[in-house]
Amino acid sequence: MNKTVNQKAWFFVIPVFVLVAFNAIIPLMTVVNYAFQETFGNNVFMWEGTRWFKQIMLSERFHASLGRQFLFTFIILFIQIPLGIAIALTMPKEGIGVPVCLVLMSMPLLIPWNVVGAMWNIFALPDIGFLGHSLNALGFDYNFTQQIGDAWFTTILMDVWHWTSLVVLLSYAGLRSIQPAYYQAAEIDGASRWAIFTKIELPKMKKVLTIAILLRFMDSFMIYTEPFVLTGGGPGNATAFLSIDLVKMALGQFDLGPAAAMSLIYFFIVLLVCWVFYTLMMRNEEKS
Amino acid sequence: MAKVTLKGLSHSYLKTQSSDADWAIRGVDIDWNDGGAYALLGPSGCGKTTLLNIISGLITPTKGDILFDDKVISGLNPVERNIAQIFQFPVIYDTMTVYDNLAFPLRNRKIPEEEIKVKVHEIAEMLELSSTLNNRASGLTADGKQKISLGRGLVRSDVNAIMFDEPLTVIDPHLKWILRSKLKELHQKINRTMIYVTHDQTEALTFADQVVVMHEGQIVQTGTPVDLFEKPKHTFVGYFIGSPGMNVLPCQIKGNDVIVNGKKIETHQQIKKSNFNKTEVGVRPEFISFSNEGIPVKVLSVSNTGRHKIVDTESETGKIKIIAKSNEDIPSGSAFLKFKKEYTYTYGDSWIIE
Repeated sequence: MNKTVNQKAWFFVIPVFVLVAFNAIIPLMTVVNYAFQETFGNNVFMWEGTRWFKQIMLSERFHASLGRQFLFTFIILFIQIPLGIAIALTMPKEGIGVPVCLVLMSMPLLIPWNVVGAMWNIFALPDIGFLGHSLNALGFDYNFTQQIGDAWFTTILMDVWHWTSLVVLLSYAGLRSIQPAYYQAAEIDGASRWAIFTKIELPKMKKVLTIAILLRFMDSFMIYTEPFVLTGGGPGNATAFLSIDLVKMALGQFDLGPAAAMSLIYFFIVLLVCWVFYTLMMRNEEKS
Repeated sequence: MAKVTLKGLSHSYLKTQSSDADWAIRGVDIDWNDGGAYALLGPSGCGKTTLLNIISGLITPTKGDILFDDKVISGLNPVERNIAQIFQFPVIYDTMTVYDNLAFPLRNRKIPEEEIKVKVHEIAEMLELSSTLNNRASGLTADGKQKISLGRGLVRSDVNAIMFDEPLTVIDPHLKWILRSKLKELHQKINRTMIYVTHDQTEALTFADQVVVMHEGQIVQTGTPVDLFEKPKHTFVGYFIGSPGMNVLPCQIKGNDVIVNGKKIETHQQIKKSNFNKTEVGVRPEFISFSNEGIPVKVLSVSNTGRHKIVDTESETGKIKIIAKSNEDIPSGSAFLKFKKEYTYTYGDSWIIE
């Protein structure tokens, strides 16, 4: 094959390069810049090498917020994925019920993060909120602003309410794309309902579920606005997830160097987990 | 293994039916012998898949009865009917190996593992799948997957009937031929009732001993491939089967005479009654020859297929196609056609006049 050599074609790449530079490369490089230097303002920088990285990696505060972050993400994945699949399985397959369910399911996804946080804050207030007041009236000692367990419970419930729909919609799409012949064949083969689920539905949903888990992992791992509005990371640091802690460090304490180093570590953790997960899920796809 | 009988079967996908068009199939009566190979042939939307799904129990018919060995089984589900069905698209269980796929219907029926092993190996041998038994089924090609679907149907030795719903649609043309011969061979080997649905006349005619031709939800003719070719009972069978299909020309019936384009012609049957809205004469292109006298036509074009020539001509009342030998001289301009008497039929309102 003879390829035409035309170096001028590179000019066509410039617009994309400029756009990507402004929205990704330059901001990221700024962070990298801060991560290796110390500054006292007035654009004066001093080289610090890997000092901030060592400090973050050894800091108990970072370990604690990273631990909270993983715990939170695992809990919500553990709830949302099975729950989402279960709801998708029970949704109607035809008739007026389909659009009704789809619209109702989409509602939480359309509400801005801030509003979700504010809604749940008011909803869960122990004295006047519907949830908080009802729980207390039922004899539970519930106060998410003061008790750690209650704060976690409320944050998780809020996230489940906000995001399970995403898993439902993706699973539903996956389920609907299964040819009716599969169900008919299974019926003729005498398969039980459980066998139909594990041998047909789950394998056919594998790709959408991979997407769902990835999206839910990334979003929950980077969660900021909702817990910030709901609990502000409290009580104490009980719900201070990575992003909340990061913002505290960068903008609260103005420790730009350690905050930048933490951002990069944070970024690499997300990247690494996604890569490992995706590679594992798609391992068998390559062969076929 | 079983004899399959359908009695007065009608089905509609609508809740209420006002006209014939609302029925997917109507008034179907069939008697299929145990161990026979049958084909349901018809164009898309003629109701053949509906009929197949009714027999297998995936659809409950609006009216009528299904009998296996003279026992009414209309109310039973597919498992209780004990049938196997192979679909248009290969249905395999992606996560299982070829072996597990073939064993699946048996395991669901709680058959002991040793017995399953024997059975699966036997079927794999027959379908030439033995070397891939331990591979994941999702890695196979379309024809390999379709063989697995087929294998899952064959693996149960007690099935009453095996149904095929256009099973070769997604298979490459050169493999189609191989799989089709395989099916025929299997039928002779295991001798089970097989029902094959297709819109492809070659598939139907090569597979089945008896072909049922369906048109707009009705059976228009049941017969051997030769019957369908030589004596179509309905003009639809005439042009659906054969390539090119039968020539159908309007005719007048006066007393005992059949008149086409003002010429009296001789036909296979003696005409006894003539109170039809529409009368036609049908004759296949294979049974027409050029002559010195007969129906006057104008020759339009000749196309040579290699084996024979297809001649397009135009008569006063419509086009007539003729199949001539490849070395035959074709007259140009005006010519006369002669129909072979034994293969020329008259049709009243599209049905053959007996």
